[in-house]
Amino acid sequence: MNIVVKDASLADTEIKILARDVNVHYGTTQAIHNVDVDISDKMVTALIGPSGCGKSTFLRCLNRMNDTIDSCRITGQILLDNQDIYDREVDPVLLRARVGMVFQKPNPFPKSVYDNVAYGPRIHGLVNSRSDLDNVVEKCLKRAALWREVKDRLHEPGTGLSGGQQQRLCIARAVATAPEVLLMDEPCSALDPIATAQIEELIDELRLNYSVVIVTHSMQQAARVSQNTAFFHLGNLVEYGETTKIFTNPEDQRTQDYITGRFG
Amino acid sequence: MQGLHQLIPLVLSCGAIFFFILARSRAVATAGGDLASLHSRPGYHGLYAFLVTLLVGIGLYLFLLLAGNAYVNVLLLGRVFDLAPDMRAIEATLAVSDAKALAFGEPASRTDAIRDDVATLFRSLDSLHFAVLAVIPVAAAGLAGVLILRRIRRDWRARNGSEAIMRSVLMVCASVAVLTTIGIVLSLIFETLSFFATIGWRVDRFLFGTEWSPLAGVHEGVLDSERVGALPLFLGTLLITVIAMTVAVPIGLFAAIYLADFASARVRTWAKPLLEILAGIPTVVYGFFAAITVAPMLRGTGEAIGLSVASESALAAGVVMGLMIIPFISSLSDDVINSVPQSLRDGSYGLGATRAETIRMVVLPAALPGIVSAVLLGVSRAVGETMIVVMAAGQGANLTVNPLEAVTTVTVQIVMLITGDTEAETAAGPAFTLGFTLFCVTLILNVIALRTVRRYREAYD
Repeated sequence: MNIVVKDASLADTEIKILARDVNVHYGTTQAIHNVDVDISDKMVTALIGPSGCGKSTFLRCLNRMNDTIDSCRITGQILLDNQDIYDREVDPVLLRARVGMVFQKPNPFPKSVYDNVAYGPRIHGLVNSRSDLDNVVEKCLKRAALWREVKDRLHEPGTGLSGGQQQRLCIARAVATAPEVLLMDEPCSALDPIATAQIEELIDELRLNYSVVIVTHSMQQAARVSQNTAFFHLGNLVEYGETTKIFTNPEDQRTQDYITGRFG
Repeated sequence: MQGLHQLIPLVLSCGAIFFFILARSRAVATAGGDLASLHSRPGYHGLYAFLVTLLVGIGLYLFLLLAGNAYVNVLLLGRVFDLAPDMRAIEATLAVSDAKALAFGEPASRTDAIRDDVATLFRSLDSLHFAVLAVIPVAAAGLAGVLILRRIRRDWRARNGSEAIMRSVLMVCASVAVLTTIGIVLSLIFETLSFFATIGWRVDRFLFGTEWSPLAGVHEGVLDSERVGALPLFLGTLLITVIAMTVAVPIGLFAAIYLADFASARVRTWAKPLLEILAGIPTVVYGFFAAITVAPMLRGTGEAIGLSVASESALAAGVVMGLMIIPFISSLSDDVINSVPQSLRDGSYGLGATRAETIRMVVLPAALPGIVSAVLLGVSRAVGETMIVVMAAGQGANLTVNPLEAVTTVTVQIVMLITGDTEAETAAGPAFTLGFTLFCVTLILNVIALRTVRRYREAYD
């Protein structure tokens, strides 16, 4: 059923996250069946597929966000730097500091722009002084390509920004925690084309420092920003490989049908 | 005839139902088998006839009842003055009410020739009044009903008519509530002003005076305008409110946080209603719980550690009042905390924040305006609460901030004034003034609470 392309066919880099035989159940319904995926370091991996195919569920497994859902049960193995993240020893709170997340809908806290970005550094004690914190905030806002627009309104509420600005603020906020992996769950679905282009550009820059996993409904977006693409269908991983190969010469008929818009 | 008056509205109601049935069946007959050809459904024809006949009948009945009573009284008083021209007005009124009692064989304050004569007159007038009441409203209602029956045609818009009448009925009901509020506020204001007039406009004495005993000189027929200082009352109210909120705010808030963010769905489904049952216990039960259980317990504990605690203490009343307010704060705060979007929590967890950090740094600040308004509503409950403090806080107007002593509150003093032996006219002044002060304080608190809630809603929808 699962066609997993050998590691050799992926771009030749270090593996950051290794998922083997992952199954997820919500109560009695199974959302994901035996998924194996390798996420490369310093690359963008896109997860595509029709709605309800389990790609967001899989993404949320990678930083144990599914732990907050009572009925959710996960089996299989997910290794981050060769350590099982579902091991009893692992504290999900510390894991999430290493594997940050940006959500579908911009969700800035009802605090100032500054406090939004400073949130992570403050709770994790990443800085020692106020001036260090100022530097971190400035650096992260610059990295999220938001600094120029908000530098004069750092102490106004983050909720007062436009949708695209809010989403970039959320990215800056995630970056400020200094994660190693950044998970993005349809980060552009609530944004207009201009804001989308800005975010995509940003993702391309982020991959210099982070491993990025992005769930998207837009085939064009996956083709533009990612190096590797995984196609999910009905809870199964159908095909996984280099983006160029998936989009030009897919091996599976379902992938072919999906990327040409014949279903989904 | 007196007992029979009450039957007339019943007759009118039956008549209205009768016309409902008539109008409905006549509309059906008019349609001639094709009900869709009627502009209004038959039920609306019936409803229209019902409403018009009922309103005409009852309206006329009430008018004739009141106007007739007034007119009969005028005639009776006239007869009294004809027989005894130099009688004082108040005696004449007494004579008339005696005569009315005599007319139906009930005991009167005394009997004499004048009263007997007036009683005879009243008997005849009363039968006449009854005849008028029995005939005119019923006849008018019947006439209105017949006219409506004759108007029933296919294109007669009975629905629009009955809906217009229903709309006015709804409006009248709404205005009753509004007018009552206005009336109460106005009477509070006027009584307060007249009280201030009797103490020579020394408002400062009322607000800042330290001695409260307004009825001390009442046997001489006047209020003691020296001893109207309500400061001990305000201070007592404040003291008990502070104690109550010290108990209620932390417990209520922590309970709300537990229910909203920690409790499993199963615990929530039974714990929340259970907590709300606490709000359903009558305050009089809390009152005797405070007076009979908590106060002696506090006194015993106090003696054991060498403190003298009065048997009626601010502490006992305040603690029990706090228990009473817990469900208000926890239930409202729980709703507010729950309405903080899950996406904010997810955002915080996604940054590696713990549950406690998320609650402290994201959820509570976001919910703060709602929590503040919950607390303010709790405060206005505490300020206006009566039964607990009447039973457990004491009656003496002590100027103290010691929670172990007996204090009194604004509400307690109102109860004392109104239920005491002093005639209502004299006691009403201070009572209304205290009530007005209380009303102002709770109104301001409620306005602030509602405004913060509204600002909060704007931020999150």
